[in-house]
Amino acid sequence: MNDVLTRSAAELADLLATGELTSVALTQACLDRIGQVDDAVHAFLHVDVEGALAEAAASDERRANGDLLSPLDGIPIAVKDVLVTVGLPTTCGSKILEGWVPPYDATVVRRLREAGLPILGKTNMDEFAMGSSTEHSAYGPTRNPWDLDRIPGGSGGGSAAAVAAFEAPLALGTDTGGSIRQPGAVTGTVGVKPTYGGVSRYGLVAMANSLDQVGPVTRTVLDSALLHELIGGHDPLDSTSIDQPVPALVEAARQGATGDLTGLRVGVITELGGEGYQAGVLARFQESLDLLVGAGAEVVEVSCPSFVHALATYYLIMPCEASSNLAKFDAMRYGLRVVPEAAAHGGPPSAEDVMRATRDAGFGDEVKRRIILGTYALSSGYYDAYYGQAQKVRTLISRDFEAAFAQADVLVSPTAPTTAFRLGEKLDDPLAMYLNDLATIPANLAGVPGISLPSGLADEDGLPAGFQVLAPAMADDRLYRVGAALEALLEKKWGGPLLAQAPVLDGVQA
Amino acid sequence: MSTVTLRSFEETLEKYDPALGLEVHVELNTESKMFCGCPTEFGAEPNTQVCPTCLGLPGAMPVVNRKAVESAIRIGLALNCQIAEWCRFARKNYFYPDMPKNFQTSQYDEPIAFDGWMDVEVGGETYRVEIERAHMEEDTGKSLHVGGATGRIHGADHSLVDYNRAGIPLIEIVTRPIVGAGAKAPEVAKAYVAQLRQLIIALGVSDARMDQGSIRADVNLSLAPTGADRLGTRTETKNVNSLRSVERAVRYEMQRHAAILDAGGTILQETRHWHEDTGITTSGREKSDAEDYRYFPEPDLVPVAPTREWVEELRATLPENPTQKRARLQAEWGFTDLEMRDTVGAGALALVEETIAAGATPQAARKWWLSELARRANDAGVEVAEVGVTPAQVAEVQRLVDAGTINDKLARQVFDGLIAGEGTPEEIVASRGLAVVSDDGALGAAVDKAIEANPDVAQKIRDGKVAAAGALIGSVMKEMRGQADAGRVRELILEKLS
Repeated sequence: MNDVLTRSAAELADLLATGELTSVALTQACLDRIGQVDDAVHAFLHVDVEGALAEAAASDERRANGDLLSPLDGIPIAVKDVLVTVGLPTTCGSKILEGWVPPYDATVVRRLREAGLPILGKTNMDEFAMGSSTEHSAYGPTRNPWDLDRIPGGSGGGSAAAVAAFEAPLALGTDTGGSIRQPGAVTGTVGVKPTYGGVSRYGLVAMANSLDQVGPVTRTVLDSALLHELIGGHDPLDSTSIDQPVPALVEAARQGATGDLTGLRVGVITELGGEGYQAGVLARFQESLDLLVGAGAEVVEVSCPSFVHALATYYLIMPCEASSNLAKFDAMRYGLRVVPEAAAHGGPPSAEDVMRATRDAGFGDEVKRRIILGTYALSSGYYDAYYGQAQKVRTLISRDFEAAFAQADVLVSPTAPTTAFRLGEKLDDPLAMYLNDLATIPANLAGVPGISLPSGLADEDGLPAGFQVLAPAMADDRLYRVGAALEALLEKKWGGPLLAQAPVLDGVQA
Repeated sequence: MSTVTLRSFEETLEKYDPALGLEVHVELNTESKMFCGCPTEFGAEPNTQVCPTCLGLPGAMPVVNRKAVESAIRIGLALNCQIAEWCRFARKNYFYPDMPKNFQTSQYDEPIAFDGWMDVEVGGETYRVEIERAHMEEDTGKSLHVGGATGRIHGADHSLVDYNRAGIPLIEIVTRPIVGAGAKAPEVAKAYVAQLRQLIIALGVSDARMDQGSIRADVNLSLAPTGADRLGTRTETKNVNSLRSVERAVRYEMQRHAAILDAGGTILQETRHWHEDTGITTSGREKSDAEDYRYFPEPDLVPVAPTREWVEELRATLPENPTQKRARLQAEWGFTDLEMRDTVGAGALALVEETIAAGATPQAARKWWLSELARRANDAGVEVAEVGVTPAQVAEVQRLVDAGTINDKLARQVFDGLIAGEGTPEEIVASRGLAVVSDDGALGAAVDKAIEANPDVAQKIRDGKVAAAGALIGSVMKEMRGQADAGRVRELILEKLS
């Protein structure tokens, strides 16, 4: 493996700055790595060789002329296939959008282009971001670079695996119930779900509009901060985007990396631990907590009693919104169109017949399951009992957060209850699959930001576990301060990044 | 189409009380659409005024048009409504090819304006129409069904959709049930829509063209046995797109309901289509409580929370209310109560006002609109405003009369020419050769001819019976095909026979 591939984006930016590396060479190295390992990992649904190299060449030229667009100018990036991209197919992992090339860029994609980041391609995901394993992709699963028989998490398994397998230094993900953080945890990478409204959702193909958020997927906390600052901030095209400046995230990460957390109050959430959590995951969590205490932090236990209802609440609100969002996929304007040969009524197929046949053929089982759930829950006579009730519980969860943040500056928990499970293991048991997002979902329901970073390898299986930090809305900088401090302490303990212990994957066969 | 039995209108009223409900959709004339920056020009090439948002492309998001909210609030205030301090948009979910997202972004249980009223005058009586709500929503695209004889989906071999209209801001104004109008129900319905249209025009928030669909009325009607304390089952007649049709549709549905109820039948709660040509309604889709739009708050939009300061600023921009305005105009014009009532009743108030503004005297303006033009509108089965003559043209015609270029009789021919689109009044006078002849040479010859043909009459005049001159004038006018200056003819006759 080419040495530059293991460097962080911040380090790569320095190498580009000193002229030791060009963007073209770096981008080519990533493309070569993709060519070498992606048949086995399957992190990408589409690779844009020509486009990425052209952008890299343009970046090198800008650098020669001294007019760089951003600190990350020339650093290649992978983009989750749920974000629309001009000229690049966008499928959302679904057959129903196979071959669709959007005529417009998502705001975050436009910001990447305007900052000079070559886009390597689009990464695999559970269909319409519905899943925790990337097995629900209509284009086949992504595999965990730590163990190719295991899942990389989901829905953003492609972005996490691409970063973990050194195919890309940076990636964008989206997080509705944990789709950035849980893949981060099980692949030993860093993932951040920003404050709701902190990053534009314009051009993010919505699963659940009130929960979705775009965020960075990287190998280091500092890289996430760099990317987050670049994509964050108000967007007039997204009414829910917050019209306030993004906090100084990079500065917070750099300050945190000094390892001093004196006076920081860290709240451990009682409800997010214990039963249902793998022993090795809990052990790594405790170890990280001890390191924080060693750095001067004070640990308090906080209770968030409504969190026990978070999963149920999520599985009402999310399908309700999703069932309505996915109605637009009807074969009338774009995407798959299936014309049935014979209609049940004997006449030529009507628009309704085409819609029905297309949606039947184009959506996978998990998507259909959630459309049915959401349609049912919104039905007249059930609305109050389901959607209405879920909104009330959502308010209670927000209040639990408010009370907890009165006692602690940040809240912490394991990111996911287990390490990566085997492909196929939970495919027939949706409830078991859903339980994987137990610890990540409350943040989405309340709109608060969260980060997951590697806490080490579980003793039972030698697979990565994740440590989650949550902060109050618009206090994303706290995630970076605490995350960077913990990362520095852990890497000191490990003698380097956790991913240095991952299999090299050179010469793997698909 | 099956034949439908109708009760006579009189028989209907003997046994039943009608209850009306009107839902009027007003297309706002904002520069851009409800949730995106696309232009809203009427009649543009299909699918040229679209973007990812109004096409419902994956990932696109809505942003509320502030100008549309402003118009909604002004309409609400003009209808004496409360303005919500906080309200949301909701998704109305149903599948239809002309709806890009397969949900319409509308308002459900939190309308921007609610609990208002409008006083409607019919035949000198005032009916207070209570307004339940006025809410904001987006229009759908327009389907064009090709290959069938009727342009309807039935029998078509394919359909085309134009999304230019998708996302145009609409305000839907919903009345509470209007009861107690009895025989006047059809007129009350028409007068309500007419007056609402005038209000919308005065507010300047819509083109208010019923023929282009910028105002569309849905008419709900039910009958209850006289004296009953609850409403009957209603039907909703969709897209009744002229004032006259509103009246006809109400009348038709009243008579149809009565026939069904008299025969012991039950009214099906359904949507009905209005047929302008035949003046009947036919069954559309059945609308029952089973129709479930699965409304829920639109998560991509933040709530609309107009500050009270803003609402008061907008209140200050409202035009004069119709009652005050009418009193002021009557005084200015010197109309009697009867003249004013007739003018309002004919739907000609704004036309008369504009004609006066264009230079005509109040009496002349009233005369043309309420006699000649009202008669033509009635013959053509259209509203007087739709007769094909503008207030400016009426004022111009009157100017020509005052100048002696034409007389009242010739003016009618000028109106023929205007309706036929032959140009300006002056051009029509020239091209049709309608100018009054006051040239003594031509008139003298015609007078001589008339005297010669009517020696008895001529003798009477010579004998001092001046009143007999009228017969000779008539004869001259006939000879001159009405284009003689009658006053001059009289003078000539008297000169020649003195």
